[in-house]
Amino acid sequence: MTAHRQKDISLDLLGITKVYPGAVALNNVSLSIRSGEVVGLVGENGAGKSTLMKVLSGAIAPDEGRIIIDGEEVTSLTSARVHERGIALVHQELNPFSNLDVTANVLLGREIRRGMFGFLDRAAMESKVAPILARLGTRFGPNDAVSGLSLADQQLLEIARALSIDPRLLILDEPTSTLTLSETKRLLDVIRQLSADGVAVLFITHRLAEIEEVASRVVALRDGRNAGTLGCGEITKDAMIRLMIGRDLGQFYEKAEHDPGRPVLELKGLRTKAYPQHPLDLCLRAGEILCLTGLVGAGRTELARALFGIDRIEGGVLEIEGQRLVGHSVPAAIAAGLCLVPEDRKTEGLFLDFSITENIAMPSHAALSRAGFVDIGAETALAEASRHKLNIKTAGLGRAAAEMSGGNQQKVVLAKWLAMKPGIIILDEPTRGIDVGAKAEVYRLMQALAADGVALLMISSDMEEVIGISDRVAVMCRGRIAGTLARDQLTEETILQLAVE
Amino acid sequence: MQKKDIGLATLVMTVGAIVAVMNPRFLSPINLANTANLIGLFGLFSIAEAFVIVTAGIELSIGSVIALIGVIFVDLIASFSVPWPVALAIVMVLSVAIGLLHGWLITRLKLQPFVVTLCGLLIYRGIARFYTRDGTAGFTFGSDFPMLEYLVAGRTAGVPHSVIAFLLVAVAAWFLLHRTVLGRHLLAVGKNPEAASFSGIDTNRIIIQAYVLCAFLTGISAVFFAMYTRSVQPSSHGNFYELYGIAAAVLGGFSLRGGEGSIIGVVLGVILLQVLQNLVNLLGIPSSLNFAVMGSVILAGVIADTQFSRYRDARRQAIAMAALEDGGKPQA
Repeated sequence: MTAHRQKDISLDLLGITKVYPGAVALNNVSLSIRSGEVVGLVGENGAGKSTLMKVLSGAIAPDEGRIIIDGEEVTSLTSARVHERGIALVHQELNPFSNLDVTANVLLGREIRRGMFGFLDRAAMESKVAPILARLGTRFGPNDAVSGLSLADQQLLEIARALSIDPRLLILDEPTSTLTLSETKRLLDVIRQLSADGVAVLFITHRLAEIEEVASRVVALRDGRNAGTLGCGEITKDAMIRLMIGRDLGQFYEKAEHDPGRPVLELKGLRTKAYPQHPLDLCLRAGEILCLTGLVGAGRTELARALFGIDRIEGGVLEIEGQRLVGHSVPAAIAAGLCLVPEDRKTEGLFLDFSITENIAMPSHAALSRAGFVDIGAETALAEASRHKLNIKTAGLGRAAAEMSGGNQQKVVLAKWLAMKPGIIILDEPTRGIDVGAKAEVYRLMQALAADGVALLMISSDMEEVIGISDRVAVMCRGRIAGTLARDQLTEETILQLAVE
Repeated sequence: MQKKDIGLATLVMTVGAIVAVMNPRFLSPINLANTANLIGLFGLFSIAEAFVIVTAGIELSIGSVIALIGVIFVDLIASFSVPWPVALAIVMVLSVAIGLLHGWLITRLKLQPFVVTLCGLLIYRGIARFYTRDGTAGFTFGSDFPMLEYLVAGRTAGVPHSVIAFLLVAVAAWFLLHRTVLGRHLLAVGKNPEAASFSGIDTNRIIIQAYVLCAFLTGISAVFFAMYTRSVQPSSHGNFYELYGIAAAVLGGFSLRGGEGSIIGVVLGVILLQVLQNLVNLLGIPSSLNFAVMGSVILAGVIADTQFSRYRDARRQAIAMAALEDGGKPQA
């Protein structure tokens, strides 16, 4: 595990393009890394970092571009071939095998065998795993069950798994998001050591301070394109943010003054399925944009699902326009004027194979039918009006929703709800994965709706967005509402303080 | 008419033309009327099956329901002298109850449709056989129900009434699936139940309605079959009919994953299956090969269909790439 220096690695990605029907994930992106370098890859949500990782790990094939490893062009990358080349990935999503123990997880697929029957050589496996765990300073040992490990421990387990192949290139995708401060510090030390040993490290994170600390070079992505690089002396938080955002924030977020009106949505001691131990109180007023933020897993989406009637409410009262909502279900919520633009528009928001018209008309069928028959004329008129109002760009409203760009898909989801003339709209990560132009349109639309007296509850993890357009911010932390901030109190620091307790 | 339907119609015509050329008896009035009668009988429950398949479900008990309902219908009239309209009402209520039961088990108890209806297949067949003590339920010699027989097994201008019933049901089903809100919701629930519930559709209610509709049409079909055979032998009556129904629906473009299909397609699918049967008989192909011929044609149809969807996905990718090229060449 120690300083046996391996063959140097060079990896070049040249002009990588990956297009999904409905979204351009990567547009002519290039990235190079050499032995001993620690490259920080930064970018906002949806900038294309994860897609680039998937290309590198062989999970998806790019539509265009070349991958060159050790000076040799690799045409079809598979995860087996990636391993052979000494490239190890630590994914952001953790998928440990909770039915196996730590040793079995770390060496899965690379078990050590012995004897003519090829039985597992347990002792040899443990003696390989133990020093890796020691190096990471884990609280768990090689024989511990994985089912009992915390998220942070599972993260360290994944890192141990990557280190166990003695990688020449280690790719870490948001490895510290669940780690405590001391674990993070330890991991950064390990990264420094590895790089001194000649290992190349590609480090992807939103925590810019960590990159400042360890990176020798920074590559920034924005909207699926290269946004620039920073060399050794230039790596500062401000410089990275400038590359990631690439525009003047003040112009991007036009903040209108809203006068919050009467309360339209009130939660009194509401208990959700995810965190039934924490009763929630919250009040949303007509004409305001209230943002619900917090770390992943804080219970924001779960709250939205409960409000919309997807998940059961475990207790407490939900009042809309002063009326207690009875018969808790999605149709009841819609009837009360509440709607939800869900987090995952491809599975929850849209019927990808259905036409744009059918998608927009889906919830409005009661209004658009006569004696149970769909009024196709009215349906088309509604879709046409929505296309005009929301500037939906498409070759035709009869086209499948799958054929549109992400931003236009999101506009279709918005259109289908705006047709219901809701009084309250919950938007769960409304701008995730959509391009800048569409983002600006979504923001403008939200401002216009608020000005018309619609109450908006936006869930977002994008700090710039949270600070940029909210009238008020409620920060959630482990199922509780940790605090509410007025507009003049909004800074990244005040929000984060509440989010992490 | 969708492109898929046109393809299927071409296939039906081609097979029909080949049979007609090789054996002109295919076009004889008596053969056409018989084939049409079978198309009508099989078509009724195939449309029933299609409504369940479109919700991504499956109904395996159709053959057994046809046996059970047939036995009860005949026995009510023959042994209990129940007037036939009353007997008809009783068996239709019973059919709907079966559909409700299936829908309830699937939506409320969250059982898989395959398992629920497989159990139904075994249970209803067993009850039918027990009810008749494994004998045959038939009308006593000389009994006569002219009105009922005229309505169900008669002909108008040479057209069997089963065909007329099938066409009426097909037209109603077409409007239901392709023009009503319920139809739209059936497609939506089958395609993406999650997005459907996020759109405020009561997915459980829609699924229950599909099974009830299926059972109702199966009940009508059962009465037609009982009057066609005039006696019901419960150990074999209706065996494998659910598979004919599934085959016709799949040929007609219904995906077992749900959310897709057209009524015109399933009608054409039923016609194709019966013409193939007829082909086996008329061309002197050993009738033991009957199922093998049918299976091969269905397999070929499904392969053609998957190739079509791959082509569609490739086209979408190409459109997306083209949009990228238009939107300005990527900069370095």
